[in-house]
Amino acid sequence: MAGGGAGGGGRTQSAAFAPVRLWLLLPSWAVIAIFMGLPLLIMLVYSFLTKEFRGGVIWEFSLAAYDRFVFDRGLFGDDPPVLNTTYLTIFARSLIQALVATALCLLIGFPAAFYIATRPPEQRTLWLLLITVPYWVNLLIRTVSMKFLIRENGPLNEFLMGIGLISEPLPLVNTDIAVQLGLFYSYLPFMVLPIYAAVERYDFSLSEAAADLYADRWTILREVTLPAVRPGVIAGCILVFIPSLGAFLAPDLLGGARTFMIGSLIEEQFKGAAGDWPFGAAAATILMTIVLIALLLHARAEARREV
Amino acid sequence: MARRNDVRRYPGFLGITLFCLVVLYAPLVVVAVYSFNASPSITLWGGFSFRWYEEVFFGLEAEKFKRAAWNSVTIALMAGGAATVIATAAALGMVRAGRFRGKGASFALLSLPIMAPEIVTAVATLIFFSLIGLTLGYGSILLAHIVFCIPFAYLPIAARLEGIEGAFDEAAQDLYATRWEAFRFILLPLLAPGIVSGFLLAFIISLDDFIITNFVKGAGVETLPTAIFGAVKQGIKPDIMALSTLMLGISIVLVTISYFVGKAGSTRR
Repeated sequence: MAGGGAGGGGRTQSAAFAPVRLWLLLPSWAVIAIFMGLPLLIMLVYSFLTKEFRGGVIWEFSLAAYDRFVFDRGLFGDDPPVLNTTYLTIFARSLIQALVATALCLLIGFPAAFYIATRPPEQRTLWLLLITVPYWVNLLIRTVSMKFLIRENGPLNEFLMGIGLISEPLPLVNTDIAVQLGLFYSYLPFMVLPIYAAVERYDFSLSEAAADLYADRWTILREVTLPAVRPGVIAGCILVFIPSLGAFLAPDLLGGARTFMIGSLIEEQFKGAAGDWPFGAAAATILMTIVLIALLLHARAEARREV
Repeated sequence: MARRNDVRRYPGFLGITLFCLVVLYAPLVVVAVYSFNASPSITLWGGFSFRWYEEVFFGLEAEKFKRAAWNSVTIALMAGGAATVIATAAALGMVRAGRFRGKGASFALLSLPIMAPEIVTAVATLIFFSLIGLTLGYGSILLAHIVFCIPFAYLPIAARLEGIEGAFDEAAQDLYATRWEAFRFILLPLLAPGIVSGFLLAFIISLDDFIITNFVKGAGVETLPTAIFGAVKQGIKPDIMALSTLMLGISIVLVTISYFVGKAGSTRR
């Protein structure tokens, strides 16, 4: 995240508001700590409680929620444990989908960001606006639109059949591919924007120096430009990976029962009749842990670069 | 320099950029076009008509959509407004109050709502509200929205504040302006474009939210996204496409406003 970080660049910053600093920061600290930090801790606690059958919890310590990810112990939890891969598969699928979405966004988003950043400044803003507008459009509406476009007798299939590329409509909806397309399309702007910002600041005289030494363009891109804009690339990857991993709308609307992801699994525990709050809390805790690990790795890599 | 080794040009990059735009816009354009379809079938084109827009405003479900729209807009205005005030104070405390211990931790706390996946925030908030016995409804939605809007309002405001020379407010204080006067008459006018962008971003983020709202809304209270989601579950009908196109239009208008506000702000400096 650029802007507002610790440090604050070379410009001399005033400290005019230092005496009232605490009063300025307190409202935001209080609101986020009470309504976000505390709830996260309570969620962690709930994941270790016993489930109440009609939603909610019984205040009794239990590891049943975590146990349920790996073992099936029957309806009342007293059968001998049998290995159950249903939930492990859902987590694995979510991880793979999120990684593939990140890779695809990078593969397509990097050239786009590079192209936009190397335009003359007055063209840049227009290109950038075009990439940003979809980000401002309601994600639900975007996902519904995608479903409309790719459905069995929808415009995409009609178009492909019209130009003779396929003879039968592609059954895209309810497949992993549709979910992947939804994730890619939802989060592509998150990849383009930070890479754009990095390439825009990149000093092209480095590339030119390499070119004078007879390196070819692709070697320059790989060996000189890419390492220099790496922070932007990593920021983009994190911004795509995190929401993809916990995505709910794309798998729910574009996918089906066989494309279930963590987001839908969690939602089901709090909405459906077969809800299990501790299990849902445990799934959310695991998801949050994966995200925190990704963020910590990123922060550590950044710290090492700066030393 | 030789064209063949121009380090700013790579073959195929323009094509990929255009491909991005096609992927991003094709679904929206298709839905917008079909919302003007006279035929009730969502597959066949039956000529141009506004009938589905009439349906949205005067049809059987118009009351439901109007109530949902009212909830969405009032919540977005209040959540966006509250988040902007809190974020402006936080930005002053972070950018204009010198170095202090825990600045990094403070920034991490401020960005927590952006960093946590939405579904995790939704679960945590629902559990918290049910534990403290808060009735789910309009109030709980508003409260949840204020929290996740803060970082979205904060980022543009802090970025703008970092670009304003510290000399301005220091000069004001040297001339015996109180801290409040220095803020009100010197910083606030300079900061205004950042505050407007921050508010618009928070407003849109609140208007957009589905996942968290869906968890904390309780029975009977709907916002536009939850109402649309409920309708879409029974299949995509043409009136939903008209409603979506209207929301698309509103988003584009807001982005354009934000863009010009930002531009006006940057030329003034």
